[in-house]
Amino acid sequence: MKSYLLPEFVIDRDDFRCIRCEVCVRQCANDVHWYDEEDDACYLDETKCVGCQRCATLCPTSALTVRRNPASNPDNANWTMDVLMNIYKQAETGGVLLTGMGCDRDYPIYWDRMVLDASQVTNPSIDPLREPMELRTYLGAKPDALEIKGEGANQRVKTRMAPQLKLEIPVMFSAISYGAVSFNTCESLARAATEAGTYWNTGEGGLHSKLYKYKDHTICQVASGRFGVHADYLEAAAALEIKIGQGAKPGIGGHLPGEKVSAEISRTRMIPKGTDALSPAPHHDIYSIEDLSQLIYALKEASHWVKPVSVKIAAVHNSAAIASGIVRAGADIVVLDGIRGGTGAAPTMIRDNVGIPIELALAAADTRLRAEGIRNRASVVVAGGIRSSADVVKAIALGADACYIGTAALVGMGCHVCQKCYTGKCNWGIATQDPYLAKRLNPDIGARRLTNLLRGWSHEIQEMLGGMGINAIESLRGNRQRLRGVGLSREELDILGIKHAGE
Amino acid sequence: MLRGVRFPDDKDFSGCSIFGMMNVKGDIFTGEPLIRAIANMKERSNGLGGGFAGYGIYPDMADLFCFHMMYDDDGARQQVEEYLASNFSVEGAEIIPTRPCEGVADPPLLWRYFLDPRPGLVPEESGVDDFVVRVVMHINASMDGAFVFSSGKNMGVFKGVGYPEDIGTFFQVDEYPGYIWVAHGRFPTNTQGWWGGAHPFNILDWSVVHNGEISSYGINRRYLEMYGYNCTLQTDTEVLAYAVDLLIRRHGLSIEEMSLVLAAPLWTDIEREKPPRRELLTALRQTYGSLLMNGPFSIIVANLNQMIGLTDRIRLRPLVAGESGPIRYISSEEAPMHLIDDGVTKTWIPRGGEPIVAELETRAKGKAAAGVKAAKTCMEEVGIS
Repeated sequence: MKSYLLPEFVIDRDDFRCIRCEVCVRQCANDVHWYDEEDDACYLDETKCVGCQRCATLCPTSALTVRRNPASNPDNANWTMDVLMNIYKQAETGGVLLTGMGCDRDYPIYWDRMVLDASQVTNPSIDPLREPMELRTYLGAKPDALEIKGEGANQRVKTRMAPQLKLEIPVMFSAISYGAVSFNTCESLARAATEAGTYWNTGEGGLHSKLYKYKDHTICQVASGRFGVHADYLEAAAALEIKIGQGAKPGIGGHLPGEKVSAEISRTRMIPKGTDALSPAPHHDIYSIEDLSQLIYALKEASHWVKPVSVKIAAVHNSAAIASGIVRAGADIVVLDGIRGGTGAAPTMIRDNVGIPIELALAAADTRLRAEGIRNRASVVVAGGIRSSADVVKAIALGADACYIGTAALVGMGCHVCQKCYTGKCNWGIATQDPYLAKRLNPDIGARRLTNLLRGWSHEIQEMLGGMGINAIESLRGNRQRLRGVGLSREELDILGIKHAGE
Repeated sequence: MLRGVRFPDDKDFSGCSIFGMMNVKGDIFTGEPLIRAIANMKERSNGLGGGFAGYGIYPDMADLFCFHMMYDDDGARQQVEEYLASNFSVEGAEIIPTRPCEGVADPPLLWRYFLDPRPGLVPEESGVDDFVVRVVMHINASMDGAFVFSSGKNMGVFKGVGYPEDIGTFFQVDEYPGYIWVAHGRFPTNTQGWWGGAHPFNILDWSVVHNGEISSYGINRRYLEMYGYNCTLQTDTEVLAYAVDLLIRRHGLSIEEMSLVLAAPLWTDIEREKPPRRELLTALRQTYGSLLMNGPFSIIVANLNQMIGLTDRIRLRPLVAGESGPIRYISSEEAPMHLIDDGVTKTWIPRGGEPIVAELETRAKGKAAAGVKAAKTCMEEVGIS
């Protein structure tokens, strides 16, 4: 059948600049470029281009420009080129539309509709280069009151404190499974988390035994497929996370195609080599909140009560009430993953149409937990579209204890958000198991880029805190006074629990 | 809630003068020297608020809660009096005596009541204090034109709009003998003309005067709301009073532990401590991080037994302590101490976050545990009843 699809991208090659070095030919796993020796010329097949910018970035003479195909149907707000192309694709294949990364639709990004406060006159701002500025955050259940016994040097805490995770910056790396991404990606994340004093998350793909040594900075996930969950895995974690849902695809499971299940992944996930790894949509032992509670306590028991247990859900319509249930079910940490949360593969219609923006989910959950007087009982972590230190600061002011970053971390390692992770042909060596591609991401460099990123954010967070006259992050947490909305409706302001700028 | 001109800011941005004076032997003196002391720091206030709190001033009624009330009109008064009568046996009700003073204009109606909670109404599990706190919260949040500005036993707050020395003269604080007095002069940039917004802030026998701005107010307030404290006054000082009440009265922390919450040590300092102490400090900060008072402040907190001075942990507001025989001083500046007392022999500036505690001498020997009953026993011991 003749395909009616037009290329998504066009590539301009400046032939005057091109030196026929063939870097583009070698770098493109999609076989867009080839070199013809007879003609001494490089040729292109733009239909295969995913727009990942690998060739343009590595071209030594900047001879390549990759841009969106400007070709257009007659102007139509409803039947855009994207819509047409999706329909052609399905008419040709009869399949479900697939995509990768987070929702790319233009739902309001509330981070960009909130602004931060700073001190003027009545309160000195603080210079973090000269004064202490504390970002340390502890995640885990806190008691409602502290009982202390003894006097003077014999003073002891009588209250039994729940296990805590210690973060030197309130940013962790989000769950990204080995399988969806390469081993080098996992190693980069693990090393960076260790160096920066934060945590990375294994996702649902188990933990390669070579990475056990980073266990003090590893959060191990237990998801519906239970891939790679065994005693050593639970031991190799600082905390355990039950994954109920994911912002990119709330309500549905996962599917790692058999081609990606190499020998190493097979061993790590404990499934036969070359078989599809299917995560069911629900946990089949959790059909209700009391079942979740059983799994929470089973994991606490299995990990000797020394590790916090986290529960991650996708932000959906009534996630505030669900979060309350999760806290009451015994979770130490509740993770909310918003509609812009990333994924290695998801049906496009699900990714782009199911779930709610994380800002609203966070505000609603924090408000709800406080109204019920149980906010101390669990920490709240948010994920899904956190792009910068400013987003982190705003999330914390809205009420989050910490943020997870997934896409931002991958971008830090080179990802250009081309949204083709599900093809396994990631030219940046991230979302691939092809050894030729995977070795492009050197874990030494990957870890360094990530630590640099966190260091940069850390400085920026300190500057913003100092500007507000605050020298410890806990004084910003839930301090919605320091946020103002810009261009938001009364209803949106009410849900976010903030005032409008000028109020 | 008292009516009147107010801007809807939640916070009170103010620079201020604070002054506290206590006789640790429990001997009494009037508020007169405080009027002079606070007047000496006139530069620190702008005529938009001043106030005093005296302890030991109602010895004949020491067993009864004394509510000082502000009313916009008689209608509000009748409404509140009905409400009070349904919750308390009202043992005394009178207009708070005042004398005309040039700098004090348009005062609200000022009344005080001596109250004994009706036993049947006090829930056993929470106790009298919680009951009184709830009544105060209800009046201040929900009853139009009325405001409780003092609710302790054997103590009282006197405050209003004006320079503090004028407010002191107006309320005749020079005629009440007490063993602790604290005073406050205010320089707000908002909440003009609102009598309830002046300091000290009070709940039960705790009163707080505050110089500074609490940058963490938003979260302090939301944390306290979880414990049933409704911040109605739209000032950040209020959270200090409630935080002290929560930590000391309800959670049973000591003064030192309280100061470790309000002005928590840095993590790097905590790490230098030996294990049991390190664990204690870590647990305190983990548990009460939302009550860390961030931003510049110096405060004087008083109750029937103690007068406590504290600054924020990086000491962005001034605080000086002084001693003269049995008299203890805490002040924004040193000069007023010498102005009113030639015998001040020792003065010092505490470190940021380090509490200065002056305690009634008989109390200092035992473990500090707030509680009106214990306080009363001590007061008997020192000859106040």
